[in-house]
Amino acid sequence: MDVLLIKEGFPLLSFLIFFPLAGAMVLLVNPKETFAKIWTLVVTTLTAVFSIPLLIGFDSTTAKYQFAELYAWIPQLSINYVVGVDGISILLVILTTFIMPFCVLASWNYISTRVIPFMFCLLIMETAMVGVFVALDFVLFYILWEFMLIPMYLLIAVWGGPRKVYASIKFFLYTLAGSVLLLVAIIALYLKTGSFFIPDMMWNNYSTLFQALVFLAFFLAFAIKVPMFPFHTWLPAAHVEAPTAGSVILASILLKMGTYGMLRFCLPITPEATFLFAPYILWLSIAGILYGGFTALAQHDMKKLIAYSSVGHMGFVTLGIFVLNTKGVEGAIMQMINHGVTTGALFLCVGMIYERTHSRELKLASGVGRFMPWYVTFLVFFSLSSFAFPGTNSFIGEFLVLAGTFEFNIVLALAAIPGAVLAAAYMLRMLQKIVWGGTDNPDQSYLTDLCPREIIILAPFLAFVFWIGLGPQPFIDLIHPSVANLLDQLQQWQQQSVALVNL
Amino acid sequence: MMAILPELVLTAGALFYFVVSLFKTPDIRLQRLSGMVIGLLVFITVCLTLSQQTSLFYGAYAVDSYSQMFKLLISFAFFIVVIFGQHLKGISDEVRPEYTMFLLLSVLGLMMLVSSVELIAIFISLELSSFALYLLVPLRDDRTGVRVQMEAGIKYILFGVMATGFLLYGMSYLFGLTGSTYLVDIVPALQTIASQPAVLIAVLLVLAGFFYKLGVFPLHFWVPDIYQGASNETTGFIATVPKLAAVALLIRFMTLPTGQPDFLVQLFSVIAVCSMFYGNLSALVQTDIKRMLGFSGISHAGFIMLGLLSMGADGYGLAVYYIAGYVLMNLACFLVICQVSRDGENLAIADLAGLHKRQPLLAIVLAVSLFALAGIPPFVGFMGKFFLLTSALQQGHLIVVILAAINTAIAIYYYLSVVKVAYTDDPVDETNVNVEPIVKMIGIGLVLMIMLMGALPAKLIETAGSIVQTIM
Repeated sequence: MDVLLIKEGFPLLSFLIFFPLAGAMVLLVNPKETFAKIWTLVVTTLTAVFSIPLLIGFDSTTAKYQFAELYAWIPQLSINYVVGVDGISILLVILTTFIMPFCVLASWNYISTRVIPFMFCLLIMETAMVGVFVALDFVLFYILWEFMLIPMYLLIAVWGGPRKVYASIKFFLYTLAGSVLLLVAIIALYLKTGSFFIPDMMWNNYSTLFQALVFLAFFLAFAIKVPMFPFHTWLPAAHVEAPTAGSVILASILLKMGTYGMLRFCLPITPEATFLFAPYILWLSIAGILYGGFTALAQHDMKKLIAYSSVGHMGFVTLGIFVLNTKGVEGAIMQMINHGVTTGALFLCVGMIYERTHSRELKLASGVGRFMPWYVTFLVFFSLSSFAFPGTNSFIGEFLVLAGTFEFNIVLALAAIPGAVLAAAYMLRMLQKIVWGGTDNPDQSYLTDLCPREIIILAPFLAFVFWIGLGPQPFIDLIHPSVANLLDQLQQWQQQSVALVNL
Repeated sequence: MMAILPELVLTAGALFYFVVSLFKTPDIRLQRLSGMVIGLLVFITVCLTLSQQTSLFYGAYAVDSYSQMFKLLISFAFFIVVIFGQHLKGISDEVRPEYTMFLLLSVLGLMMLVSSVELIAIFISLELSSFALYLLVPLRDDRTGVRVQMEAGIKYILFGVMATGFLLYGMSYLFGLTGSTYLVDIVPALQTIASQPAVLIAVLLVLAGFFYKLGVFPLHFWVPDIYQGASNETTGFIATVPKLAAVALLIRFMTLPTGQPDFLVQLFSVIAVCSMFYGNLSALVQTDIKRMLGFSGISHAGFIMLGLLSMGADGYGLAVYYIAGYVLMNLACFLVICQVSRDGENLAIADLAGLHKRQPLLAIVLAVSLFALAGIPPFVGFMGKFFLLTSALQQGHLIVVILAAINTAIAIYYYLSVVKVAYTDDPVDETNVNVEPIVKMIGIGLVLMIMLMGALPAKLIETAGSIVQTIM
């Protein structure tokens, strides 16, 4: 357990996990709607505030797991409650804690029925999401990973749109079916190593066949969550039907769990299989980028458009991960954060227009620029960010990923370029429609511009768009040691196995 | 005397109801209350006798930690059943005292069963509990006019008698081979002749009798029809309490040496996989919720077989943990069914529509128990499944484990459909479901236990394993 830097004193990570849960319990005993809203906002904001010390205290010179806590849980199978963050997970934890208050704010008027259960679900979700990113025990990880389906299912199924039943069941079945074999793989790894501690499972010399099978089980679970082409069909349905907060959580955080899983598990636990399967996954990523782009170009529903753009963007992330070089992986992590910020903000924007027009049709929302100048200002910046305009956050991520891909293989990189062009095409098409529209715009004069609450929601997102876009170095510094360590080990491992083959 | 206090309380309770049944118009309220009081008394007395260690009736009846563990589970489950089924909606008032009397006798039989360590005593206890149960099924009030309960009763008794026949035949072999009816003498005697095929046949025949009780493939025929035909309260009882005793006895007989452990393991894995697939695939298309739970029970029995596969105290301990969790989850489901069903009629899954509007608490209890049955963490269903899969994979049954995992994915669909109906469909029947405070408390308690058993399994599994170790 020398990879852990145990934190003495205040258990910060456990606090971040369990505080929202405790907050949810309070909702059970005090059932008043206004109180529930304010209380949830307070709890999520406090969680966000308490995640700041994580950033301040984070030592970006080591690749070890920091703020670690370790308690025995189920001694028979040496299952421990062990949590910790490293460079790969820290930004995702911060992203989660910071997005939640805005999800609450975005639901302030949007959710009018059964407010208390809704807020309850949000808080439970936060517990599970933070837990997934910091869990270092595979059983703990799996429990939270699966448990998350229940509140997310309810968020879509109860507060969703007209086809909520179809969308929610598809989401649940798809993701659950993907992860049942993950459990078998976890148990198989445990039997090989005698521990459920994730770092113990890394860099072991498993046989090729074993690695390949475990990798496939991992990959199925994570690829569905990402979602990678061709496992993406649940995503547009779920995004379209989910309430705004649900869409934001789904896009900003849940999708990242798939790519996080690939980085955390696939690469270090099954390195040989990673090299074996990487070419196929890279081309699947390209397929996803192009497919997502083309499909987004043809959408009339704003949420569907953004959902398909997510498929494309996440394709860039998996591309970056599996080129297996520093630029690629760092770009992938940055892209995960950027996608969380930008797409989250875009879904919030769509939610705001939906609250006014009760439609997500592009046609019905066309020409709102005249009546909602503030709104379109935000929308323009987020759209620019979405297609990686220089100076915005996504540019950094996409640029790094593409630079890494060029290093790796020029054909692959050239194949990904049209994806970037497509992104500009579909985002600009959407912008053009919404801001100006045509001569046949519906009458939008009844629309009111953003209220202060909505501006407060969107402004921080915009700040991050430019902060990461203009000064990404602090963020990259945070993730660099862990990524470098991961790739170093991967390289050493590769050399070792090459040496073994040459013998 | 002290050691068998729970049994004595049950006997006294049964006699009390016998006396009540002699009156022309007994007071319903009195019957309802005294039923709950007896349930509570049995549970308390079992708690008091937990640490008792004695051997009674010439060594045929053992009161030890193993039997007391199961008695605790049985009395707890029984207590819950009498509370949520206190109104006996599906039973006409005229036969109410008789119904309660037979219910008590059945529990008495099950309690005696887990304590019996001699073949004749086992047989008698089993028959006592079974015959009382056979009678409970047709006692259902005949509202539909098609007399489904009679059909169910006949099926139950015919299949039951057949299974008992297997059991008795197997026991006769055991006696013939060893010359003793005491398990303590049979075990060493069998060890010397373990290689004979007759031993295997004898043990298998005996096990078959208990497979029937548990509802394992291929002795599962009775499950769906009896679940559907019996009244909701009766099904709630049949689905939970006898299964505890069945597992107890299965473990007892699994300790008999057969000389062919490999064959048994292979047979059990086939049985386990068949149960899971049969149960889950059939449950997918059910419209009656009790019938669906029946098929789901068959698939869960398959999971329990995974625990027995290990042929060791640890695996048996897991099986005990799993069945205890299963009983809790099923009790929670039946609690909801009994409350939602207005006059004791059967519930279609569609009848649960909009339950969260009609009674939010029941909807939560139902959702938690169904998610737990489906094996979603952090509930007990997941932990049980996880431990069983780990133990089975440890023994090298990779294919079985993968098939079991695939079954989890199949099963989630039908559980989720019920949750979907309860949470997203609009209610057909807008009226609220009234639930008494005590039933509400029991519902919350069950939900908490389902969560706690799932979150903190370490101690329980350890205890169960070490207690099972004492009889090996």
